[in-house]
Amino acid sequence: MRTLRFLLRKEFRQIFRDKSIVALIFFMPMVQLILMPLAADYEVRNINLSVVDHDKSPYSQKLISKIVASGYFRLTSYNGSFKEAFGLIESDEADLILEIPHDFERNLIREDHEKLFVAVNAINGTKASLGGSYLGSIIGDFNADIRMQLVTPPRFSQFPVIDVVASNWFNPVLNYKVFIVPGILAILVTMVGGFLTALNIVREKEIGTIEQINVTPIKKHIFILGKLIPFWVLANVVFTIGLLVARFVYGIVPEGSLLTLYAFISVYLLAVLGFGLLVSTFCDTQQQAMFIMFFFMMLFILLGGLFTSIDSMPDWAKMITRVNPVRYMIEVMRMVILKGSSFADVLPHLGIVAAMAAVLNGWAILNYKKTN
Amino acid sequence: MMQDDKVIVCEKLTKRFGDFIATNEITFNVHKGEIFGFLGANGAGKTTAMRMLCGLSSPSSGKATIAGYDVYTQTELIKKNIGYMSQKFSLYENLTVRENIEFFGGIYGLSDERIKSKTDELLRVLGLKSEANKLVASLPLGWKQKLSFSVAVLHDPQIVFLDEPTGGVDPVTRRQFWDLIYEAADRGITVFVTTHYMDEAEYCNRISIMVDGRMEVLDTPTNLKHSFQARSMDEVFYQLARGAKRGD
Repeated sequence: MRTLRFLLRKEFRQIFRDKSIVALIFFMPMVQLILMPLAADYEVRNINLSVVDHDKSPYSQKLISKIVASGYFRLTSYNGSFKEAFGLIESDEADLILEIPHDFERNLIREDHEKLFVAVNAINGTKASLGGSYLGSIIGDFNADIRMQLVTPPRFSQFPVIDVVASNWFNPVLNYKVFIVPGILAILVTMVGGFLTALNIVREKEIGTIEQINVTPIKKHIFILGKLIPFWVLANVVFTIGLLVARFVYGIVPEGSLLTLYAFISVYLLAVLGFGLLVSTFCDTQQQAMFIMFFFMMLFILLGGLFTSIDSMPDWAKMITRVNPVRYMIEVMRMVILKGSSFADVLPHLGIVAAMAAVLNGWAILNYKKTN
Repeated sequence: MMQDDKVIVCEKLTKRFGDFIATNEITFNVHKGEIFGFLGANGAGKTTAMRMLCGLSSPSSGKATIAGYDVYTQTELIKKNIGYMSQKFSLYENLTVRENIEFFGGIYGLSDERIKSKTDELLRVLGLKSEANKLVASLPLGWKQKLSFSVAVLHDPQIVFLDEPTGGVDPVTRRQFWDLIYEAADRGITVFVTTHYMDEAEYCNRISIMVDGRMEVLDTPTNLKHSFQARSMDEVFYQLARGAKRGD
């Protein structure tokens, strides 16, 4: 224990001696947390719409202005022919083409039905599918309005109509920031903790100081603890700063208890730092450690459920997410911060992450060899 | 010298890396308080042998005990009883002189008072008092090496292993460095040292010369010069190392 005290003192001295690194550790996550949620937007806006209006009637004008007024679309062109409009799709200037046929107004009034043609540029998948469905619902709305005006509604509708009204629990106004900020914070803490630990031991290998440590009677687990604790403290500080940014920049106040949140992050960090330590015991240079960490971090983040829903992943990918600590962290962040889940609710997650921490750190201690 | 004062006993100690035999069946003893010179051309297997003796590397075959402890099974006990100074400077450059001394003293389990008194003594002997709170990175190489040696013997080990401690250091500082070595030997610390400087070899009680992983000769400098009919250690070394197949 006494040895550990000397190790910790040395480690903290080294960390705080390099002022630029300290600034980076605290400043970078803050900037990312403030900027990223503004850019990483789930909502699709500014969809470039090209309209081919063969009818040029008051009704077609009404439809177009209703679409533009929704705020999601930007009318980029108003063409006479589909061919011209298609050229815009090819040059990527338009995302959607809406073709309004001749006699749109007449058919709509006389025949009571009409077909519209929508062509979607599906290179940007999200934009295409969301844009297409936005357009569909606006047209549906338009249709209902017209029928209201034209037809005196019969006492009982000819067709049964079921209207679905959705209400969004836990995030009533569907503010994507509320959804994404806790997730991004989870990832920032993971990156800072994981990378710092992985690079630290490898740096000692590179400059040769680890040899001087290995020739002392220091116990392996004490040495590992001496590396783990400083970064654990640092990552907790980063996490706290992140929560403050969430509170004061985005107005996100955790619904659940902070105690539950910190209890989980404490154990979770042990797992992440343990992973960093494990990687460092396999690497001889900082480059190797960097590449390996990047490889796993990419996997952890993409399969962590931050940007894409785990439920919609193929089965094999779902299996991978089960051994991904980041996934549990993001889930717990959302559960506690958005839903106000209690400690008992996150207990299964805590158990899994604790097991990961035990395995990763145990493995790191075994794999760290003082004698080759 | 008495038979039972051997602090290093080494019998047919061998290290293989695949097909390459870095150290080939070396056999020798080192006595307490002796300054033992370990010579050889680059790539002769000196560092590998030394790393095995320090418990940093496991031997492939052979036997050795350091301070009475086995190099296979008791490496951590060996580490308690030895000091080591590697070829590469390996104190923390981003810690001050005082912080380095404190850290290594603490790791070896010295009490706080002992660390304090040792630090004062060491700073005085090395003339580093005014540099105590400067980063080690800012010291000239000669001072770094002297500091590094002093830290290696901070915990009064039975044996200290020095791997080319004076490489790249000016002659005056080398002389001062050897004063430190003699002082340690006087305190009863056995010194095991590798070097490329033949004048330094003359300072040793006994020297061994390794060629291609084997220990070719082992005797006092005077006896070696006599048996090779050489005027200096330079000539002895040259006659032996000329036959080497390995090296740069």
